[in-house]
Amino acid sequence: MLSPAKTPAGIRAEPLVSLENVGVLRNGRWLVRGIDFSVSRGEIVTLIGPNGSGKSTSAKAAIGVLKPDEGRVERKPGLKVGYVPQKLSIDWTLPLSVRRLMTLTGPLPERDIAAALDAAGMAHMLDAEVQHLSGGEFQRALMARAIARKPDLLVLDEPVQGVDFAGEIALYDLIKSIRNATGCGILLISHDLHVVMAETDTVICLNGHVCCRGTPESVSRSPEYVRLFGSRAAQTLAVYSHHHDHTHLPDGRVQHADGTVTGHCFPDDGHHGHDHSHDHDHAGHDHSHDHGHAEHDPGHDHPHPHVHAEGERHA
Amino acid sequence: MLDDFFVRAILAGVGLALTTGPLGCFIIWRRMAYFGDTIAHSALLGVALSLLFELNLTLAVFAVAAFVSILLLFLQKRQALSADALLGILSHATLAIGLVMVAFMSWVRIDLIAFLFGDILAVSTTDIALIWGGGLFVLAAIAWLWRPLLAATVNAELAEAEGLKPERARLFFMLLMAVVIAIAMKIVGIMLITSLLIIPAAAARRFSPTPEIMAVLASLIGAVAVVGGLFGSLTYDTPSGPSIVVAALILFMLSLLPVRRHRAITQGQGS
Repeated sequence: MLSPAKTPAGIRAEPLVSLENVGVLRNGRWLVRGIDFSVSRGEIVTLIGPNGSGKSTSAKAAIGVLKPDEGRVERKPGLKVGYVPQKLSIDWTLPLSVRRLMTLTGPLPERDIAAALDAAGMAHMLDAEVQHLSGGEFQRALMARAIARKPDLLVLDEPVQGVDFAGEIALYDLIKSIRNATGCGILLISHDLHVVMAETDTVICLNGHVCCRGTPESVSRSPEYVRLFGSRAAQTLAVYSHHHDHTHLPDGRVQHADGTVTGHCFPDDGHHGHDHSHDHDHAGHDHSHDHGHAEHDPGHDHPHPHVHAEGERHA
Repeated sequence: MLDDFFVRAILAGVGLALTTGPLGCFIIWRRMAYFGDTIAHSALLGVALSLLFELNLTLAVFAVAAFVSILLLFLQKRQALSADALLGILSHATLAIGLVMVAFMSWVRIDLIAFLFGDILAVSTTDIALIWGGGLFVLAAIAWLWRPLLAATVNAELAEAEGLKPERARLFFMLLMAVVIAIAMKIVGIMLITSLLIIPAAAARRFSPTPEIMAVLASLIGAVAVVGGLFGSLTYDTPSGPSIVVAALILFMLSLLPVRRHRAITQGQGS
């Protein structure tokens, strides 16, 4: 097995993919703009942000599914990508077993298929039809398909959607072990604004642009969270606490902390005074509020990490 | 043997059914039934143009069908109207323009019914050669495009991300549809072509554990429908094209009958 060796901060390995000032324009509207990030071998990068903030768009630009309208995307020549898309619906009329799903985009040796399904805990489902799988099983089957290809870069768009809390921890453990075993780079999109995988090297918070980036704080260091998540989960999850100095209004304009409203949102438009300093005082908060909110609200200025206890996950 | 019109009809029909099986599977997997109808209806415009400019009928029908396919691809990208509305407009517009043009050409007398509903009993040996030659070409192309087409059917972005070319595969698929419609028009006619694509594939679904088996089964079921329909048409003196479709429908309904299957029961439990 290859030893992955987390990329030490400062000494960057040659990136598998790097985005420079990427913007994607659709129907006269910038879906994302000014996106900069890269993923290197053995590195786990997590994209977070509210709905419609351009996480999937940025990931698609990174793997070449979307062509950027400005900026540059550079991929290592011959880069092999494994992709788990966010939404995948297979028409009932298409007879597709898990076995056949595995070789959808290319032939694979039988033992690679078996090993990948085994790693994802799906070995017993080899001959099941994908339409009969539960949401969590389907996610794991898709993940197995992506890793069986032995990709250089694994792109996972909300891989834990529709998976219960225990399943989520198991999937994050799986992602970690894939990285450790193969040393591939992983670009992970999280549906959660504040709770990310503990192994994440870099968190990038998007909201049409890169709002901020940083490293997550391990949950296991805070007794509060250990109590909330359970000690096993606390090893796997981490918090990324941050607050934003501007709010995206429903009509697409942007209200800044100084009260002004502009029609756009650029890092260097003079309204963003932040030097990416985040308040890391999350430890002492009491999260007794019930989660009556409808999904993530578009103006996502939560100053505190909000934590979903078991049973409160978003589907 | 080929002198007998009935044997020629069976050869032509079976050749066509074998070709439409795999194509029809993609039509139902991708929910493109209405698309198939639209391309088929545009064939009448091809007929009218071939009469007007004295062109080869099959080539003219192929050219118009290919043009309409590409026009659809282009218009869908503009996203001005829903795909559904676009198909409805193009489908009936091309059919109506074709009918109007034929009516204007008072100097030609054509049997519209033969174009609309097919005249399989009138196929010549040349037609059979065209059907089998064209059919083999289409099947070879489908086999070559199989992986990207199937991956793009599941998810186009996934196919693209993992190095396949779904857009190109889709374009080729539409051109293959145009080929099939050009060679199928004589057999079942413009109005019934899509039924020979869709019904055998739908009937094959229940007995197919993999997409590949479904494609082969759809071809075989189509061939059985052709033979059954032709014998029915001979026995009951019914029009041949519609009889083939009715035979396909009967096979489809038979496929829906509940059959006790052990596999279905054990499958859910896993191991």
